[in-house]
Amino acid sequence: MSQEVLNIAQLSVGVEDKQILNSVNLTMKAGETHVLMGPNGAGKSTLGYALMGNPKYQILGGSVTFQGENLLEKNVAQRAQAGLFLSFQNPIEVPGITLANFLRSAYEQRGHKISLYNFRKLLKKQMDFLQMDESYMDRDLNVGFSGGEKKKAEILQLLMLEPSLAILDETDSGLDVDAVKTVSNGVEAYQKNQNGSLLIITHSTRILEALKVDYVHVLVNGRIVATGDASMIEEINDHGFEHYLNQ
Amino acid sequence: MADNEKTYVADVDRSMYDFRDESKDSYRIESGLTTEIVEKISEEKHDPEWMRQFRLKSLEIYNATPMVNWGPDTSGLNMADIVTYVRPNTSMRGKWSEVPDEIKTTFERLGIPQAERESLAGVGAQYDSELVYHNVRDDVAKQGVVYTDMESALTGEYADMVKSHFMKLVPPTDHKFAALHGAVWSGGSFVYVPPHTKVKIPLQSYFRLNAPGAGQFEHTLIIVDEGADLHFIEGCSAPKYNVANLHAGCVELFVAKNARLRYSTIENWSKNMYNLNTKRAIVDEGGTIEWVSGSFGSHVSYLYPMSILNGARAKCEFTGITFAGEGQNLDTGMKVVHNAPNTSSHVNTRSISKGGGISTFRSSVSVTAKAKGSKSSVSCQSLMVDDISRSDTIPAMDIRTSDVDIGHEATIGRISDDAVFYLMSRGLSEEDARAMIVSGFADNVGKELPLEYAVEMNNLIRLEMKGSIG
Repeated sequence: MSQEVLNIAQLSVGVEDKQILNSVNLTMKAGETHVLMGPNGAGKSTLGYALMGNPKYQILGGSVTFQGENLLEKNVAQRAQAGLFLSFQNPIEVPGITLANFLRSAYEQRGHKISLYNFRKLLKKQMDFLQMDESYMDRDLNVGFSGGEKKKAEILQLLMLEPSLAILDETDSGLDVDAVKTVSNGVEAYQKNQNGSLLIITHSTRILEALKVDYVHVLVNGRIVATGDASMIEEINDHGFEHYLNQ
Repeated sequence: MADNEKTYVADVDRSMYDFRDESKDSYRIESGLTTEIVEKISEEKHDPEWMRQFRLKSLEIYNATPMVNWGPDTSGLNMADIVTYVRPNTSMRGKWSEVPDEIKTTFERLGIPQAERESLAGVGAQYDSELVYHNVRDDVAKQGVVYTDMESALTGEYADMVKSHFMKLVPPTDHKFAALHGAVWSGGSFVYVPPHTKVKIPLQSYFRLNAPGAGQFEHTLIIVDEGADLHFIEGCSAPKYNVANLHAGCVELFVAKNARLRYSTIENWSKNMYNLNTKRAIVDEGGTIEWVSGSFGSHVSYLYPMSILNGARAKCEFTGITFAGEGQNLDTGMKVVHNAPNTSSHVNTRSISKGGGISTFRSSVSVTAKAKGSKSSVSCQSLMVDDISRSDTIPAMDIRTSDVDIGHEATIGRISDDAVFYLMSRGLSEEDARAMIVSGFADNVGKELPLEYAVEMNNLIRLEMKGSIG
């Protein structure tokens, strides 16, 4: 339980010659849930993209160790294969590839062997749990999905791929109350059933209500300015980020 | 996935298609094209007199017609080097077991017997210029469907029908290579579907070139009579040689009143082939022609299947894909003529270019004054996989009535970095992610193909995408 899953040390990241993150430090142990909060533009999503290895984000300094290995020398696919997952704020539409076919390819990349029949059975089970209509299985990946269905599809991928660390980037944004509940149930299942570690990036607190949270970090202007336990969520809910802004 | 990868390689490794048999040609005409050669071909084939005359007339037209001066460069094509007629050491066989082993091996490596066993109604497989294997399943023959090679059709029960249709839709005067075809055509299929007969399983023909320097000039003539229904599949593959190879086939399709014909092709010529193929359909009142056309391989292609909608409410649907890789210049497209009231055409194509390949989509929509109330929509999407490739769209329209609904839409794009990142973030390699995006782009065609062809097309795309990551 106490094994270290992620260690970010002095990480600085830039986009197009502009520095966004400045010497970020963060350590997570297996099974822990960390929440990264902060106002818009603080660099929260940048951290998610940089950890996943989006080539648009340049590492300017620092190191990241994931399950004892140097994460930064791996490419995007290798990071995913090592057990890292990023739920996208705006999932990409990919025409011509069905959700099921795509997910099966990804599933097999994780070293699983499974027949088409059994895969679809497993997929249907998770879709039922996420209250996603079965027909989405054979629709093109994210194409024409509503905002809510796109987010559910991300959580579906999370549950199917069983990563050891999932970064959820604004997974609750743009969702109605029922959808937040469903998505939250999915995340909870990942947390409990798969003993997954979570880094939840959010600027609201709705998705967190039903989840066990171990640590909360506040990111302002590319720096982590405060770290605390779950009680910080309520405090931020009541008072916002106002008093972190000038630290 | 690693295992899958291996399967893909085994399935698609081009070397599989690049084998050739020892040249044991029983007969080979000297290179170059003269009256003597054409006479010799005619004599060898025991042509009826009218066909002999037709060939000689076509040769005259060929000699009098200048080379095409638009589209991709054809200067690498030396007609004197093209051996126009090669036939294997065998005559027509009805049973697979009687086909000589050497030829059988070739076909087995191309997967034909399996394909036949599984779902195909009949196979007319062309080896070099002659049909060596021909078989129509009993139930199709019982329906009264005629499926035979063109040579037999010239003298058989349907000889008059062949004579009254042969190169009437694509006359030798159409262009230089139509004239060449008229002079030296050899092999191909004749299909006649009687009125109100629905052929439930697709008929398939598989062409390939085998001998170095051999041109292929097969002729396909299909007549679907009133209210009948047919799906015909033409698949092509050819081994690779260093001499320029020429393919100048001709396809003529006659779709009668309220009949429907679906004509599917995946052309996968070797990368030195000049593919100058002419395909045309004429559709009567209430009839439908559906084209599904995949163009892979070849060095240069000129291919524009044409539909003449000649009766009221006749319809044309065209779904196509072209994949131009390194060293390829593929000029493909379609033509449609609306020549009767309330006719409609719907065109949906994709083109992909990679590794410096050039793909050009040409469309021509003509609407005559008679074609009031007609509709046409043309949509062409192009994808460039890298910065050195090229993609062009050249639409032409000639509209002679105001009572029409015409649409044309073309988009040209690149593979989105965000999409590659997204797929990779789920564990797919960059190569797999890109191949998946390209396959997805081509999916409109895949959906229209029978499963085994869709799989072959996806494999071809994966093969073409291999090594595309620097």
